[in-house]
Amino acid sequence: MSPEILILLSLAIPFIGSLLILFAGPASANVRDGLTVVTAVVLFGVVWHLIQLVDAGARPSVSLVEMLPGLSITFTLEPLGMIFAGIASFLWIVTSFYAFGYMRGHHESNQTRFFFCFAIAIMSAIGIAYAGNMLTLFVFYEVLTISTFPLVAHSGTDEARRAGRVYLGILIGTSITFLLTATIWTYVEAGTLDFREGGILAGNAPAGVIAVLFGLYIYGIGKAALMPFHRWLPAAMVAPTPVSALLHAVAVVKAGVFSVVKVSVYIFGLDTLQSTGASTWLAYVAGATILIASLVAMTKDNLKARLAYSTISQLSYIVLGAMLATNIGALGSTLHIVMHAFGKITLFFCAGAIIVFAHKTEISDMRGLGRKMPVTFFCFFIASLSIIGLPPLGGTWSKWYLALAAAETDQVIFIAVLMISSLLNIAYLMPVVLYGYFGKEKPETHHAHDHDDHGHHAPPDHPMLRHLTFGRPGVAEAPVMCLAPIVLTTIGCFVLFFYADRIRLFLEPVFGG
Amino acid sequence: MSFIAEHISVLMVMVPLMAAPFCVIVRHGAVSWGWATLVTLVSFGLSIVLMQHVLTNGTIVYDLGGWEGPWGIVYHIDEVGALVVLIVSAIAAIVMPYAKESIEREIPKERHYLAYCMMLLCIAGLIGMAVTGDAFNLFVFLEVSSLATYVLIALGNDRRALTAALRYLILGTVGATFYVIGLGMIYMMTGSLNMTDLAGLLPAVQNTGTVHVALAFIVVGFGLKLALFPLHVWLPNAYTFAPSAVTAFLAATATKVAVYALIRLIFTVFGDIDPLETYGVRPAVMVLAIAGMFAGSLVAIYQSNVKRLLAYSSVAQVGYMILGISIGNAPAMAGGIIHMFNHALMKGALFMALGCVFYVIGSVKLEDMAGLGKRMPLTAAAIVAGGFSLIGVPLTVGFISKFYLVEGALAAGMWPVALLIMLSSLLAVIYVWRVVEVMYFRSPAIGCENRTEAPMSLLVPTYILLGAAFWFGIDATFTGDVAMSAAQTLLGGSK
Repeated sequence: MSPEILILLSLAIPFIGSLLILFAGPASANVRDGLTVVTAVVLFGVVWHLIQLVDAGARPSVSLVEMLPGLSITFTLEPLGMIFAGIASFLWIVTSFYAFGYMRGHHESNQTRFFFCFAIAIMSAIGIAYAGNMLTLFVFYEVLTISTFPLVAHSGTDEARRAGRVYLGILIGTSITFLLTATIWTYVEAGTLDFREGGILAGNAPAGVIAVLFGLYIYGIGKAALMPFHRWLPAAMVAPTPVSALLHAVAVVKAGVFSVVKVSVYIFGLDTLQSTGASTWLAYVAGATILIASLVAMTKDNLKARLAYSTISQLSYIVLGAMLATNIGALGSTLHIVMHAFGKITLFFCAGAIIVFAHKTEISDMRGLGRKMPVTFFCFFIASLSIIGLPPLGGTWSKWYLALAAAETDQVIFIAVLMISSLLNIAYLMPVVLYGYFGKEKPETHHAHDHDDHGHHAPPDHPMLRHLTFGRPGVAEAPVMCLAPIVLTTIGCFVLFFYADRIRLFLEPVFGG
Repeated sequence: MSFIAEHISVLMVMVPLMAAPFCVIVRHGAVSWGWATLVTLVSFGLSIVLMQHVLTNGTIVYDLGGWEGPWGIVYHIDEVGALVVLIVSAIAAIVMPYAKESIEREIPKERHYLAYCMMLLCIAGLIGMAVTGDAFNLFVFLEVSSLATYVLIALGNDRRALTAALRYLILGTVGATFYVIGLGMIYMMTGSLNMTDLAGLLPAVQNTGTVHVALAFIVVGFGLKLALFPLHVWLPNAYTFAPSAVTAFLAATATKVAVYALIRLIFTVFGDIDPLETYGVRPAVMVLAIAGMFAGSLVAIYQSNVKRLLAYSSVAQVGYMILGISIGNAPAMAGGIIHMFNHALMKGALFMALGCVFYVIGSVKLEDMAGLGKRMPLTAAAIVAGGFSLIGVPLTVGFISKFYLVEGALAAGMWPVALLIMLSSLLAVIYVWRVVEVMYFRSPAIGCENRTEAPMSLLVPTYILLGAAFWFGIDATFTGDVAMSAAQTLLGGSK
């Protein structure tokens, strides 16, 4: 098949999958979940094939429809986008398995709607990754926001509804007022919205306009959660954990920072940013976000909330790399998209497993839980190390390149920010592990009701959904369905340490040697 | 065929106009409906032929009865005119099949035939306004459509429909009278009523007080008809209490045609003067348009009746159209024109969906729509999808309008205006989302949890219009090209 067909196919697969899910859902949960996996696997297969084509130097492009005279919905493959598409589609497979275990274990309602919206969200993420111009990116960006709203407000409680409002309010608000304005303004100034190497604004707009436009873009991409437009991310944590894991650690937020990198590289051009200094003040904002979000994370006792603030902080690493406006910085950003994805999804998977199978949401309640769920806590530990940036884990390299970029631009202050942030990471991630393994278990008096809550449900009968005990007393691990994805992504953190340079080579056409 | 091609401009008016009395003669609801549906389908077909004709051969100039202008009445159809004719006849052809069930539910049986008769007259009037090249003839058609509209609104089942119709009658008549006064003054100064002729004669007298006053009368007069803030007060009640099918038709067409007439007058009749610039009224018009955008949306947020909510949203949307006209460059003008088309699609679809709601649950109050997502899933989904278009979410027509408008504002260097457009669309998020939350997050009242969907004869037309609202949002090359070239023609006249 020609690459053009494959491009369209990789958008059509999740879309068709979503429709099949919608129709199969009411009939049989097993068929529906099977469809999700098949869709995810096929999608990854196609994306992987395209990655290899792009690696070989191909840059296939295809226009779907001319939306406005002269402005088309166009998909053009290039290395940056393929990295994002690759992670999103690979982790979708893993998350699907995890989601079956979680959603069934948690007895969530409306699972068909859940998996339907999930597939649409993935399609949008792929659309963003492939976008050949800013219009296409914007369209899929908005579709992603809208398709994830039902996932955030999934439970339909007052809290979920409020969170949904914050989510929609901030993401739609910033994207319409800032991002769309910036997009149309770019069109007025440059006469095109295509992503081109070296940028399309260079020489087409005065420096003042470029500075304003860049600010509009970076704040318009609310999904990057740069302060002060970060509130939606903690709010979105009311969603079921697989959503937090794949969407709010990978697909949605990475769509945000990916767009930041893409806009910096292909709309403005790093050289233009460097020469106009349009991005300098935003680098400071990103630096501040890194530190403040880390500090806030330390105050959160709720594990998912802590991880959410950690994500805000880590996203700003990526923004920072782009704002430094050098090739090495942008390379660090792109690597961090990958590394953080694997690390954070693992952490969320672990948090979800703890919520569903140990009924604990607060970190202070998790004392001694590591002895009950040793594998989960071990994986949490490894993923934490990757987030902190210690070898031999993937997170090392992205931090390395980011620090290198800071040094290269003589902005030593950002090296300090990165190092302080690493210390803060230790301070808010390690206590979870320490409590888990070494904390004394609190008497179970006031938590007895947890079991009453779930007591009226029939225990999961499927062997894949049963607690694992490994034949040891006191061990009640999450079932295979949840544990296998956790272990897999943890191994991913480890493997990435050795393959970081392969990714760098893949990105060489964009960022140079 | 050549006969049709030759006389198509007058046929557009004659077909519905001549067909209307038939309904009164037979005095039978179902027969009238069948007849009216047939007629609207024929007009729709004709309007497509007309559009193609204009696109390939350029502007049509037709001398009525063979009497040449400026003495005879001339029909003058360019791209915008053809687009407006297309809007009116397309909406009519979609609303008419829908109207049967809806009108049977909402209007007493003995008045059914009257509703169809009046709708045909209204269509004839509206199309007449779009095709005529004669300023007095414009007034005649304005009155034809307005009188029919007053009757249609008064047909509403709620007794408040009568006061709503009366209020509209008074204000509408004031508007029409203002127009005639203004026109009379111009006739006094120039001795002509032919639009093209006037365009040539007016510059000679442009600095006389009479012409100034005349323009003021004309703009205020049409401002009333098109519900320009703060002259919109007749609109919310009229839309709220009219029968659903009538509201859908009027909301999608009536105000747009008035906007078109105003465009015609400002950019063709007064075109060589460029009145917005010469008389320095551009800022005033822009302020009113923007005030309308915000006032309409803000009031809409606080409505508890969804029909009224959408009516106030219409006030806001008219603001967008006028804003596009007032900015004064081609993309913004195209935005205004394209929004006439786009808004007709989305508002028509939304009011039709509300008609479905009224058909099933007998109310369009927000609290009665609780849990509608479960009770009437297809209708609720249609309301959400239409709401997306009001917000201007990409892939809907609303996005296309906004893109052009903002492009125009930015190209004119008016970035605060661009920002205001974006902010006002955020207000749309709020009022749309209030409805969405009630429909999907509140459980239905006790005793009405059953799933009952509106009949297919209501749903299918609603979805056709909604489909169009997405189709022209995904591929706007046709509307975009037409609007852009129309905008260039109109603005070219003012240079």
